[in-house]
Amino acid sequence: MLEMKNIKKSFGKVEVLRGVDLEVRAGEVHALLGENGAGKSTLMKVLCGIISASAGTIRIDGEECAFANYDAAIAAGVGIVFQEFSLIPYLSAVENMFLARELRNRFGLLDRRAMRKRAQEILQQLDVDVPLNAPVSRLSVAEQQFVEIAKALSLDARILVLDEPTATLTPTEVERLFKVIRELRRKGVAIVFISHHLEEIFQICDRITVLRDGDYIGTCDVADVNNDTLVEMMVGRRIEQSFPPKLEILAETDIVLDVEAVQLKRGGPVSSFALRRGEIIGFAGLVGSGRSETAMALLGAFPGATCRMKLEGKDVKFTEPADALAAGIGLLPESRKEQGLITSFSILRNISINNYGKYRKNHWFIDLKKELACTQKAMRQVSVKATGPNDRLDTLSGGNQQKVVVARWINHDMKILIFDEPTRGIDVGAKAEIYQLMRELTKQGCSIIMISSELPEVLGMSDRVCVFRGGGIVATVEGEDITSEKIMTHATTGRQDHAA
Amino acid sequence: MPHDTTLNSPEKARKSGGLNIAQVLHSPLVLPLAGLIVVSILMGLASENFFSVSNIMNVLRQVSINGILAVGMTFVILTGGIDLSVGAVMALSGTICAGLVVNMGLPGAVGLAGGMLVGVVFGLFNGALVAWGRMPAIIVTLATMGVARGLGLIYSGGYPISGLPPWMSWFGIGRIGIVPVPVILMFVIYVIAWVLLQRTPFGRHVYSIGGNETAARLSGVKTQWIKLAIYTISGLTSALAAVILTGRLMSGQPNAGVGFELDAIAAVVLGGTAIAGGRGLIFGTLIGAVLLGILNNGLNLMGINPYLQDVIKGFIILLAIYIGREWR
Repeated sequence: MLEMKNIKKSFGKVEVLRGVDLEVRAGEVHALLGENGAGKSTLMKVLCGIISASAGTIRIDGEECAFANYDAAIAAGVGIVFQEFSLIPYLSAVENMFLARELRNRFGLLDRRAMRKRAQEILQQLDVDVPLNAPVSRLSVAEQQFVEIAKALSLDARILVLDEPTATLTPTEVERLFKVIRELRRKGVAIVFISHHLEEIFQICDRITVLRDGDYIGTCDVADVNNDTLVEMMVGRRIEQSFPPKLEILAETDIVLDVEAVQLKRGGPVSSFALRRGEIIGFAGLVGSGRSETAMALLGAFPGATCRMKLEGKDVKFTEPADALAAGIGLLPESRKEQGLITSFSILRNISINNYGKYRKNHWFIDLKKELACTQKAMRQVSVKATGPNDRLDTLSGGNQQKVVVARWINHDMKILIFDEPTRGIDVGAKAEIYQLMRELTKQGCSIIMISSELPEVLGMSDRVCVFRGGGIVATVEGEDITSEKIMTHATTGRQDHAA
Repeated sequence: MPHDTTLNSPEKARKSGGLNIAQVLHSPLVLPLAGLIVVSILMGLASENFFSVSNIMNVLRQVSINGILAVGMTFVILTGGIDLSVGAVMALSGTICAGLVVNMGLPGAVGLAGGMLVGVVFGLFNGALVAWGRMPAIIVTLATMGVARGLGLIYSGGYPISGLPPWMSWFGIGRIGIVPVPVILMFVIYVIAWVLLQRTPFGRHVYSIGGNETAARLSGVKTQWIKLAIYTISGLTSALAAVILTGRLMSGQPNAGVGFELDAIAAVVLGGTAIAGGRGLIFGTLIGAVLLGILNNGLNLMGINPYLQDVIKGFIILLAIYIGREWR
């Protein structure tokens, strides 16, 4: 159905695609696989006319086409659900689905009833239930994704591109999504599925195309490959996705942070936990279960939350993250682009942002030489790959961006670091490096709270796991009890303790 | 993509820390400077007096008030905010200064200090409302613009307050050598602003708020205090502009400075500062202010109808922003 042949694209001198082929059949789920920066997103942007290729042909149903823009691609039946959603937060699901092609009644006014009916039909086909009238900003990430897919379908998309659709979904939501994908496959839609999760690919995909550094590596049937061969195709060398060994945390190790009570909103559940020195506590749970919010509440960055805690035995209370930093608690937020980095600034400026205390001259001024030296040292410590400290952040891959966020904190002698989804959207190799860094930090006596939606990561890294549900911690598991089954049971059916 | 992992080589460090041609071309100063040169040449061709020392000094003197207001405006716009109250605060500051000296018989120095205090208080007020009140800067400063203007008119009854001691005219029309005092004052303020923005942690924090406020706050930048500081700086530069204005007019004028906030914003934007914040240089603002001043001066020298001058200036600003919009 879709055939892309010998696609080439360069930005300036940098070749990002060097002759890539992609062939997708009707009724097939085709995985597009590769590390960050391999050229997957660029290839998809070429497909949907957002950027034009330097060379190569695209055929749909044997007909050659070159889309001048996104609209032309949509008209030809290409639908894409971007990693970052393109929904307008204040509009409802229906309004978003029909944006810019609203149905009109005979007076030329909006035909709201017809649009609503059509939206319902589509969502019913997908067998999902999404509130139609609420602004999409109030929907969960998964629900927003379903709206995006429904929007593409309402355009009669025959080729549907899903760019990392599962990155922000919980396992149950992923199951729902897969059900939808299988339904679409049955209807003969050609689906391109981009994901970093290999197990998902084995679960849902029929064939796989692998890219590496802009090169076409190959296409194969899922039945013919296994995890190791795929990883090898992706990275060109064997990496066992293993976790660095856990440290021995003795029961009598002193407690760094004793959270006696944290409540996100009045009347909500109250949670408590204690963090020992050098320990990694995993915060597991479904999206929206209150993990990130609890982390923010500890820093005093979640309005409306109340928190009572002791840091090294002393009562502390933070009203803004700067207070927490001064006390030795730092956060590496969930969304690098929105909360973590200033993407239009250089690496130097991004790392320096909270490090100025270390290179001052005459008390008031920045010692520029020392700033550069310290930044380069921090970049080496976390091995950021870039041409130099003046590279802009938006030229780096996701993994390198995350390393920059880590670099910002690494020389602070922090007592506690909170990693929120530390490996979201980054490739296998960079993940291993981040895990290694986290272990190094704990060896130096730093304690870590790791919020993660990826179970293997929670299992592989955590010394103990706090499972969240409905805004609070419902269970804490440790040692032998840290298993996927136990965690998922607590996360989905756990008993909720509403302390008075 | 080729990756360079030899970060530790000293050559690399020098290269990335220093300047090269590509970096110079990408500097936000290139376009404003090019505009300044083009406009200067055109004006020089149109009027033989334009490049005379006395005319250049004259232009700079005329630029000084707007140039100083635009310094505070640059700080504010770099954080993604805006300050519409600068013209009105300047007028109020000058009026209070003259009132303290003339009506209350206090020494001139006390009058100047009083004027400064007015600027700082309004700046603190604006900053507190924006930072802790979480109100949009455009609305807060629109409201305080009205408050400041109204207070000035109430205090003075709407009439200029004249009768200042003669030495105060030094700030407005004095000279050191051939250089007018307001011009020197303006340059000093620009140099201080440059040091603040480029050489202190405070300056970097100002930029980072404009770049991504959430990221800055979560990394431990005290965003609310920084905002309080930048609006206070803007109030202070308004008061400093008032000193020059009062010295030049030798009176407190409650009706002065109407629309000056727009000229200050124009200077900042012509100087290459992004209106959304995070990007821009203080000396760009100086170039922008001088560019506006040259346009005023040149169009006057050419004897063009003043009403038409506004139309021409408006279109030139539009053209400049159009050329600069994709420049990175």
